[in-house]
Amino acid sequence: MGEFKVHRVRFFDYMPSAIRAMAFHDPTEQLALARADGAVEIFNFSDNYFQEKVIPGRDGRAIEALCWAGRRLFSAGLNGEVTEYDLETLRPRYSLEAYGGPVWTLSCNRQGTLLAVGCEDGTVKVFDVLPEKIQFQKNLDRQKGRIMSLSWHPDGTRIAAGTMDMVRIFDAETGGATRRLLVERGPGAARSREVVVWSVVFLSDGTVVSGDSAGKVQVWDSATGTLVQTHPVSKWDVLALAASRDESSLLAGSSEGLVVQFQLLAPAAGRQERQWVRTRTFRNHSHDVRALVHSDTAVVSGGMDTQLVVRPLLDKVEKNTQESAMRKIMFPHRSLVRCVKKAGLLLFQFSDHLELWRLGDSDALGKPGERLPVKRKPEKLLQLKRKGEDHICCSSLSPCGSWLVYSTVSSVRLYRLQRDTHNMSLHKVSRLPRELRCVQQLCFSSDSSRLFASSSQSSVVVVALNQQEVKHLHTLRPKAGSSQPVHLLSPSEDGKWLATASTDGQIHVYDLHKLKVRLHCTLPVHSSCPTAIAIHPTTCCLISAHADQQVFEFSLLQKEYTAWSRALQKQGLHPAWLHRDTPVTHITFNPGNAAHVLMHDAFMFCIIDQSLPLPAAQTKLLNQMTLKSLPAADRLRQSHAFKICKNFQHLLCVDLLDERSLVVVERPLLDIQSQLPAPVRQKKFAT
Amino acid sequence: MAALYEGYTLCGLVQDQNVSHSGIQGIEEERDSDHVLVTHSDRCVTLYKVSDQKRLSSWTVKQGQTLTCSAVFNSQSREYVVVSDSKVVRIWKEEDILLDKAFKATVSSDMWKVHCVAGHEPVVLFQRGAVRLLDSLLSAPQQPIEEVLAQEETIRWSTNIVAETQQCVIFTTEQKGEHFLYLQKLNPNSLLRYRLEREEPGLSPLSFSASCRDRHICLLYLYPNGHVYQSVVAVRSLGSEDGAQALPLPRTLLLALPVGEGLLEAASALVLDEAHAAVVGVPHPSAGAGKDFLCIWNTNFQTLQAGKEMAGKIFGQLWSFSNKLFIPHGKTLSVIPFECPKSSLASALGKLKQAKTEESQSPACVPSWNNILHGDKAQPSRVETRKVRVTRRTQLTTILTIDQILELIKTAPAEEVQREVEGLLSRSDLPDLQPSVGQLAAVLVSRSLADPAFYSHSTLAQLVHTRCLCHSVCPDLVLLALERKDYFLCQLCLQFFPDIPEAVTCACLKAFISVPDVDVEKMNLEPESISFMETLISRQHEQSGLQNGFSPKSMEEDQSDTVSDQQSTAEEEKKKKKAAAPPGHVCPVGLQKAVLLNEVLQTAYSDTFILPHLKELSSQHVVLFLRYLQFLYLRYSQAPVSQMEGQRSPSLTQVMDWMCLLLDAHFTVLVMTPDAKGLLLDLHTFVKSQVKLVSELGKIEGSLQELSKMKEKKDVGQYSIEVIELF
Repeated sequence: MGEFKVHRVRFFDYMPSAIRAMAFHDPTEQLALARADGAVEIFNFSDNYFQEKVIPGRDGRAIEALCWAGRRLFSAGLNGEVTEYDLETLRPRYSLEAYGGPVWTLSCNRQGTLLAVGCEDGTVKVFDVLPEKIQFQKNLDRQKGRIMSLSWHPDGTRIAAGTMDMVRIFDAETGGATRRLLVERGPGAARSREVVVWSVVFLSDGTVVSGDSAGKVQVWDSATGTLVQTHPVSKWDVLALAASRDESSLLAGSSEGLVVQFQLLAPAAGRQERQWVRTRTFRNHSHDVRALVHSDTAVVSGGMDTQLVVRPLLDKVEKNTQESAMRKIMFPHRSLVRCVKKAGLLLFQFSDHLELWRLGDSDALGKPGERLPVKRKPEKLLQLKRKGEDHICCSSLSPCGSWLVYSTVSSVRLYRLQRDTHNMSLHKVSRLPRELRCVQQLCFSSDSSRLFASSSQSSVVVVALNQQEVKHLHTLRPKAGSSQPVHLLSPSEDGKWLATASTDGQIHVYDLHKLKVRLHCTLPVHSSCPTAIAIHPTTCCLISAHADQQVFEFSLLQKEYTAWSRALQKQGLHPAWLHRDTPVTHITFNPGNAAHVLMHDAFMFCIIDQSLPLPAAQTKLLNQMTLKSLPAADRLRQSHAFKICKNFQHLLCVDLLDERSLVVVERPLLDIQSQLPAPVRQKKFAT
Repeated sequence: MAALYEGYTLCGLVQDQNVSHSGIQGIEEERDSDHVLVTHSDRCVTLYKVSDQKRLSSWTVKQGQTLTCSAVFNSQSREYVVVSDSKVVRIWKEEDILLDKAFKATVSSDMWKVHCVAGHEPVVLFQRGAVRLLDSLLSAPQQPIEEVLAQEETIRWSTNIVAETQQCVIFTTEQKGEHFLYLQKLNPNSLLRYRLEREEPGLSPLSFSASCRDRHICLLYLYPNGHVYQSVVAVRSLGSEDGAQALPLPRTLLLALPVGEGLLEAASALVLDEAHAAVVGVPHPSAGAGKDFLCIWNTNFQTLQAGKEMAGKIFGQLWSFSNKLFIPHGKTLSVIPFECPKSSLASALGKLKQAKTEESQSPACVPSWNNILHGDKAQPSRVETRKVRVTRRTQLTTILTIDQILELIKTAPAEEVQREVEGLLSRSDLPDLQPSVGQLAAVLVSRSLADPAFYSHSTLAQLVHTRCLCHSVCPDLVLLALERKDYFLCQLCLQFFPDIPEAVTCACLKAFISVPDVDVEKMNLEPESISFMETLISRQHEQSGLQNGFSPKSMEEDQSDTVSDQQSTAEEEKKKKKAAAPPGHVCPVGLQKAVLLNEVLQTAYSDTFILPHLKELSSQHVVLFLRYLQFLYLRYSQAPVSQMEGQRSPSLTQVMDWMCLLLDAHFTVLVMTPDAKGLLLDLHTFVKSQVKLVSELGKIEGSLQELSKMKEKKDVGQYSIEVIELF
C-alpha cells in the first residue's frame, strides 16, 4: 500500500455540550436528547444507536425537559416556553409561552393527550395536545415553591409534583392537591437549606418515588401519604430518576456521576410483599448525571460530561455479544469538518462560528513512524461568527476554496472568499434565491459552480454560482413522496451525478447532465440508515456505509450492486468490522488508485483495496502489525482488502489530500475533559 | 533455669456432674511425641496432633459401656488397646471407624489397666494384681487369673517401665492404710513387694511418678502435707518368693512443699528429669494460698524454678511427654511446653558453653548425672523374642541407636559401618540429625586416621551429603580425603562446607593441580559439574567469534606489534607450534582435573588470608592454573553466560578474581619464568584490548545518552506531520 504523509490536526477545539434531558420513545426506540445549548438530537436505538437527526440549538433556549407525546416531541426550558419540534424539517415547529416563568419540567400523560408543565411560579399548567398545536387547559393548585419535577400516574388521574421540601399529589381532574409528602432536609448545615425534589416518578400501584438534593431516594405511598422507604444514595444530589416500563426497576442518577439501580424484589424467598432494594451501581460518568432513561434492556444516562452512555443490563441481554457491550457516544455521527484537498484548507464547524485553517507543510522526507519537521505552521485564515441566535446546522466550503456557506434553521448565508498572498477578504452574497431558506445539508459541486442544498420533503435545491449572480436552477424531488430530511449529499467528481440519502434510508441518485435534470435511480433501501455515501470518480459506483456497519457498492451505470459488493455481502463482512461501535462518517477515494476507498469512524480509518481478497471471518482483521513483521514477499499472500490504521483515535475527520498524504483531525477526550467544569469533590484515597 | 512456656489448649473438657473429676482417664503417647491419645471418661478415645492442636480421629464405645482404663498405642503393631467394662479388651487400628466392629476379647477377671511402652508389648494388669502380656492373654482369653493381692488390698496406681530391657510393671496398693509397692518383672517373671514407710497417720500418697535411671527405678510420691519423697529400687534386686513379707522401702524427703492452710486434695508430682519435678495443685510459695499453680522444682536444691497459674479448677492430673506437660484445668486440657536444662555451677555462673550437642546424645531418655560423670555407655542392642499372635503379625527391625553405632564404628569393619550408618540416616524419625552426624563423622575420621586400613568412602560421602556437616565439626575430614586421594569427597566437602579455611583450600588446590591426569581420569565426580565442563570443552572447537571487542586473531596481531624484535623469533616458533590450535583455546588440564579446580574456584575465601598460602604453589603449577583460568575466561567471553545458568559453575568474576590473586601472589616469579612469558603477554594484550574497548565506549558515551533520550515519550502537539506506512 505504501507510505502516507499524515497531517495530524488537533487544533479543532470541538466542544460538545452537556446533556440536559432525555426522553425515550418506546415504540420506535428513539431517544430524544437535549443539550445545554438547546440542541435536540434523535438517536435510533434500533439502528445501532445512530444519531439520525440533529436540531440545532438557539441562544437562550435552555432546555430543561423533553417529552414525547405520541410521535411528537416537546421541550420546555428556562425561557418559559414550550416548544414542539418538526422532526422532518429539523426545526422547532412553534413555541408557546407558558406564562409561569421559567419552566423546569414537562410531562405528558401516557395517553399523549395532556401535557403538564411545572413552572417557576409554583403552578402546574396543563395543556391539551391538539393535532397541530397545544392549548392551555387549566392550572392546578398553585404551590409556594417552584415545581421542579412532574410525573403522571399511568392512568392519568393524578400527578405527582416535586417542589421545594415536598412532593405534592394533584388530582388531574379537579386540579386540587390531595397529598403533601414532606421531604426531610439534609443533615447538619444543609438543614437550613430547602431540599429540592429534582425528580419524581409515579408508579401505577400508587407508589411515588422521589429523588432530592439531600441525596435520598424515597419511596412514598400516595394513597396514605406516608413514607415507605428511604435510600440514601449520595452525599450530593439525586438529579434524575427513571423507571422501567414494567416498573420493576428504577434508576437514580447522582451528582457524583453514579447511576444506582433499585429493583422491586421480595426481601426473602417465598415472601409475597416486595420492596425496593438497591442492587447495582454504575459509575460511567465523571460529572452530574442529569438525564436517565431506563429502556427495556439498558441504562441510558447522560450528563455534564457530554457523553451518552448506554449500559446494557446483563440480565436482560445475551452476554458476551455485541449487544451487551457498553457504548459511549461522544461525537456527532456526522462530519463537522470540510476539507478542501487542493488548497489544503480545513473548515471547522462550531455551533456559533466557523473556522477556516490552512494546513502546514513540510518538504522533508521521512521513514515510517517519524515526525517531519514542520516548515510552515498551520494558519487560521478566518473565524466567522454566525449572525442571529440560531446555531449553525451545516456549512460547506467549495472545492476551489472561494465559496463558503453555512445555514441555520432560519437562514442560509453564502460568502465569497478572496485570497491573495496576505489578505483574505470575505463578501457576503446578498441576494439568495428564496428556495434557499430552510436547508439541512449543503454541498458544492466539484467544479464549485453549483451549490446543492437539501430542503424540506427530501428535496434538493440546486443553485448555480458565478461571480455575478446566484441563480436557482432546479429543485430535485424524489418520485415517491418521502418526508424524511436528506442528511447526506454527495455529488460526483465529474458533476454528472448527485446522490442524496435521507434518514428513512432512501438513497436517490440524480443525473445532472441530462437536459432535464431528473432522478436517475433509487437504490434498494437497506434496513439501516446510511451514514456516509460517495460516488467513485472513475467507475461511477456509489459506495454507501450504513449504521449497521454494512458497506455497499452500487453501479450507477448498470443500476445494480457491483460484483465486489455482492462478493462482500456473500462472504459477509468480518465480525470485527461489524462489532465497531461508531459509524463510518466519511468516504473518499484515492485519486492515484481507483481500487482504494478510504473510510473512517471515530477510532480508525480504513483503506479498502478492492483488488485484494476479502478477509475471511477467522483471519485477523487488524493485520497491519503482522504484515509489518513479514518479509515483503510474504505480505501479499497475507494481506486482505481492509487496511485498518488505529494510530489515530477520536477522529472527527480523515481525508486524502492527494495520493500520498492524509489529513487526520483528532479531538482527544482528555482535551474535552479538561474543559469541563470541575466535578463535585469526592474523597479519593490518599488525597 | 527450667522454664514453662506459653501453653495452648488441646481440647475442651466435658464435665459430668461430678466436678471433682476432670473427665480425662488418661493421656498416652501415640506414634511420636507429637501425637497423643486422650481417653475421656465418657466412652471416648481421641487422637490429637499436639503441635497442630488438631483432633485426628475419635472412637466411642456404645452407650452403656464404659472405658475403664486409658487407651494405649502398641507401636509394634500400630494398634490401639483399651479395656471396656473391666473385662473386655478392645483392639483396633487407626483406619477403623467403629469401635464396636473392632477386635474384642472378654477375659475371666477384672482388669485394672493396660500398659504399653513404645517398642514393647502391651501388658495387662489385673485388679487382683496379676500381670499378663497382652499376646499371651489373648491367645487364651478365658485362662484363669491368679490373685496376687490380699483381701481388701486395692491397686491405687500403676505404671510400666522398661529398665535395661527388663519390662517391669510397677503398682502401688493400699491395704488398711498401709501402702505397698509391687515391682512385677516380666521375662523372667518375678514379683517384689515393698512396704512404703508411713507418713502421718491417715495420710496416703496423692500421686506417684516413676522413672528409671541408671538401673534403678525411682519412685516419687507426694503426700497431702506437701512432702515429696523419693524411693529408689534396684531393678536387679534379689526377689523374694511370692507372698513373702513385704520389704521396707527406704525413702528420702526430696521436697517439703508449702501447703498453706489445710492439706492438699488434688495435687500431683511428676518426675521430669533427675533434678526436676513438676508439681501441680500446690500453692506457689510467694502467691498466697491459691492452689491452682503448676510449678517446676529443682529436687537437688529444693528451689522453685518456674511457676504458672492455671485458670480454673485443678484436678491433680498431670502428664508429660517430651518437653510438654499436659494438664487438665477448668474446662480445658492445656499443653504447656517446658524446658529443664541441667543446672550446674557453670550455668549458675553464666559460663555454660553451648552444650546442646552433648545433651541430645541420648535423645530418648532424659540425661542423667551419671551420663555426665561416667560417660555414656552404649546399650547393647536388645533382641527380643516375641510371641506372635496368630492373627496379627508385625515385623520389627532392630535399629541401632547412635551411641551403639558410634561404638560400632570404633571396631567394626567398613562394610558393617556403612550398612549401619545407612540405616541410621534412612530413619526419618531421627529427632536431631545434625549433632549425631557430626559425632559419626568425627568418630569415622578419627578411626580412619588411626587405622590406615580402614576407610569408608561412601559412608563419609553420605554424611557430607546430609549437609549437616561443616569443616569445624570434623576438621580433619578434608585432609583425610586428600591423604586417601578421595577427590570426590574433597569435591563434596568443598561444595557443601561453608567454612573451609583458606589453608585447606590451598592444600586442595595444590593437590588437584599436582595430581597427574591419569590418576583422576577414572574418578567418579559429581555428574553435574562434569557435564558443565564437557560442554565447555566441547565448544572449544567451534568458531570463536569476536566477543567484547576481543578476538584471538587481533590479539595475536597486537602481540606482534608490541613484542620486541628479540622476542619475535621465539614468538614465531610458538605460533608455529600452536598453529593448529590458538593459545587459550585448548583446555590445559584434563576434564576431571578441571572439575576439581572449578570446585576450588567456587569456594569462599578472603584475599588477605589466602595470599600467603597461594605463595606456596610452585611456578609450574601457577602457570598451569593461570592457563586454565585464561581458558575459562575465553570460553566465558565467547559463550553467552545465560547458558551456564542453573549449572554449578564458577562465575566470570570468580575466574577473574583468582587470576588477579595468582598474579598478585606470584608476579615476580612469573616475570622471571620463561614459560610464563607468553601467557603474561597474552593476558597483557587482552587487558589492553579491554581497556581500549572501554575507552572507545567512553568516546561514544554522549551518543549513547542521546539514544536513551530519544526514547522519551513524544508529545503530540496541536499539529504534526507524521509518516505512516500501511501494508
